[in-house]
Amino acid sequence: MDNKQEVDFSALSCPIPITDYPRVLLAHGGGGKLSQDLIRKMFLPEFSNPLLEPLHDGAVFLVDAGRLAFSTDSYVINPIFFPGGDIGKLAVNGTVNDLAMCGAKPLYLSVGLIIEEGLPMEDLWRVVRSMKEAAKEAGVALVTGDTKVVEKGKGDKIFINTSGVGVVEPDITIGPNRANVGDTIILSGFIAEHGIAIMLVREGLEFESTMESDSAPLNGLVEKMLQASRNIHILRDPTRGGIAGVLNEIAQASNVGITISEDRIPLSEGVRGACEILGLDPLYVANEGKLLAFVPPAEAEAVLQAMRFHPYGRDAVIVGEVVANHPGTVVMKSTIGGSRVVDMLSGEQLPRIC
Amino acid sequence: MEICGGQTHTIVKFGLEGLLPKELTLVHGPGCPVCVTPLEIIDKAIAIASMPGVILASFGDMLRVPGSSKDLLTVRAEGGNVRMVYSPLDALTIAKQNPDKKVVFFGVGFETTAPANAMAVWQARRLGLRNFFLLCSHVLVPPAMEAILSSPASQVQGFLAAGHVCTVMGYEEYIPLAEKYNVPIVVTGFEPIDILQGVYMTVKQLEEGRADVENQYVRSVRREGNIPARKLMAEVFEVTDRAWRGLGVILSSGYKLSMAYAEFDAEQIFDIESIRTVESPLCIAGQVLQGLKRPHDCPAFGRQCTPEKPLGAPMVSSEGACAAYYRYRHYRTSNRSVSA
Repeated sequence: MDNKQEVDFSALSCPIPITDYPRVLLAHGGGGKLSQDLIRKMFLPEFSNPLLEPLHDGAVFLVDAGRLAFSTDSYVINPIFFPGGDIGKLAVNGTVNDLAMCGAKPLYLSVGLIIEEGLPMEDLWRVVRSMKEAAKEAGVALVTGDTKVVEKGKGDKIFINTSGVGVVEPDITIGPNRANVGDTIILSGFIAEHGIAIMLVREGLEFESTMESDSAPLNGLVEKMLQASRNIHILRDPTRGGIAGVLNEIAQASNVGITISEDRIPLSEGVRGACEILGLDPLYVANEGKLLAFVPPAEAEAVLQAMRFHPYGRDAVIVGEVVANHPGTVVMKSTIGGSRVVDMLSGEQLPRIC
Repeated sequence: MEICGGQTHTIVKFGLEGLLPKELTLVHGPGCPVCVTPLEIIDKAIAIASMPGVILASFGDMLRVPGSSKDLLTVRAEGGNVRMVYSPLDALTIAKQNPDKKVVFFGVGFETTAPANAMAVWQARRLGLRNFFLLCSHVLVPPAMEAILSSPASQVQGFLAAGHVCTVMGYEEYIPLAEKYNVPIVVTGFEPIDILQGVYMTVKQLEEGRADVENQYVRSVRREGNIPARKLMAEVFEVTDRAWRGLGVILSSGYKLSMAYAEFDAEQIFDIESIRTVESPLCIAGQVLQGLKRPHDCPAFGRQCTPEKPLGAPMVSSEGACAAYYRYRHYRTSNRSVSA
């Protein structure tokens, strides 16, 4: 479907391929010889770093005195490979981004794999390689991990949990309750790309152009933004629940009103069309490489410019502001001039019949 | 009154009511298929989905509609095989792939969704599939319009007819309604600009003292509709009396599978005849759907009945009038308190 997704396995071939076992067996998580093989021949060479190499029960490392950010997330996505990424890339970027949204510089990640018996070894390689690449791009090290294998039917190919720590500089205070009336709201780029890419694969729908997940590490972008302003109030990556979910959470946590303009929100024609066909509202669809920033108006322009110089922020725009009116509520001005409340979703977003 | 839930959705999504002069009130009609599907049919779908060896396939937004004790999502969580599909033809594919299972498609909706369901049943026969069934609760727009117009309490002065229903059916059947009740009917599309033009055409008729059927949605609707679709529906379905949630039974207001296709009728195949359900006595969905009461006139509104725990269907779908009002409630209240 998408040539970029076709991985050439000969190019990926590992130094000592685990070719004896084309599929993952229960014993690969059993703690015996096969477990060791997996660690020594796959994880260790791929994730190679001095903190992992002792293969101790945990990683021991030094950090500067100060504040740490600590976050965790689990990834259960189906399908595990999709245009623009895979579960491995997502698992690394997701936790990197959660740390970055705390204003932290992410340092170390743990990786917990729960593999369903029978997963093709090649698929596991692809996921592990992809985690390695993502960690390299984000500048983090995967320093400790765990692998369990469950019986066929008790899992769904592979589940990944990652946790991570990062350091927060002393003069940075970022949190969901810090929105102030007058704050400018900046969105880093086109929305709904991840969710739509996944839905299209699941539904087997094909469009003229392939839609790719936007999965990306945002710590580099955040670093540039914090260089432009130490007064950023809020950073959030709008994953599940989309930008509507995040904006509602912030409106409630800070007890402020939020207004956004529909015509400012970057939405590609392809995603717009796919949303119409699938009966979804792009405001509620997941992103995996975008962020929303709440910035004092005087510093908004500097932050915006800094974002536009970064590859993951080049389409950044101001989409709205924080207001004193209607606290706890997000209101959107529609393209035709009317306005509506953008509510929190009740349950999962279900496509409409007509 | 706009008939179709899709139009209500556009009106709410783009805030069109705020753009209209205050002399104009839009009443949201009974055209949301989720809202008018009776509780009893939902209970039947839940009963079927809970049976072993059955896969129940449905459009997404029916899954969350509460039956009298639970919804289809809960059935799925309890181990029932409930699948969300985008087309009844997907359900047909599931039936082909699972010859040892009985696959039931939950076919609800208006004349818009009926042709695809008719096609699925027609194909099932052509392919010789013996494990595909339709739980059918189709409803038809013109009888519901007549029920509203003939109610002495009705204050509706003009209708926006549903563009996609008319794409299938044409608009000839609306001409006698406009004449008999002296009410303008404008077949209208779904883009915000379509709706505003439809409203304009309706008001213009009223100002000129006319009561005609006009077609705003000319890029999609022909007077005679889609003839192949109508032929197929006439073969697979026959007109029957239907219960509408909140409106009660309306004579000749729906489709069921015709005698010739009775073998595909889930109601005939599964033992669900004994299921009889009454609606919650608190809920005034019926009056809301007829435009007689506003959602916040209901004592349960926002208390026992919320989008998280809906009592009646208009609170379930994003197109439903109660859900739309619920969303705006905080906005209105807080605006008032700020300006006071």
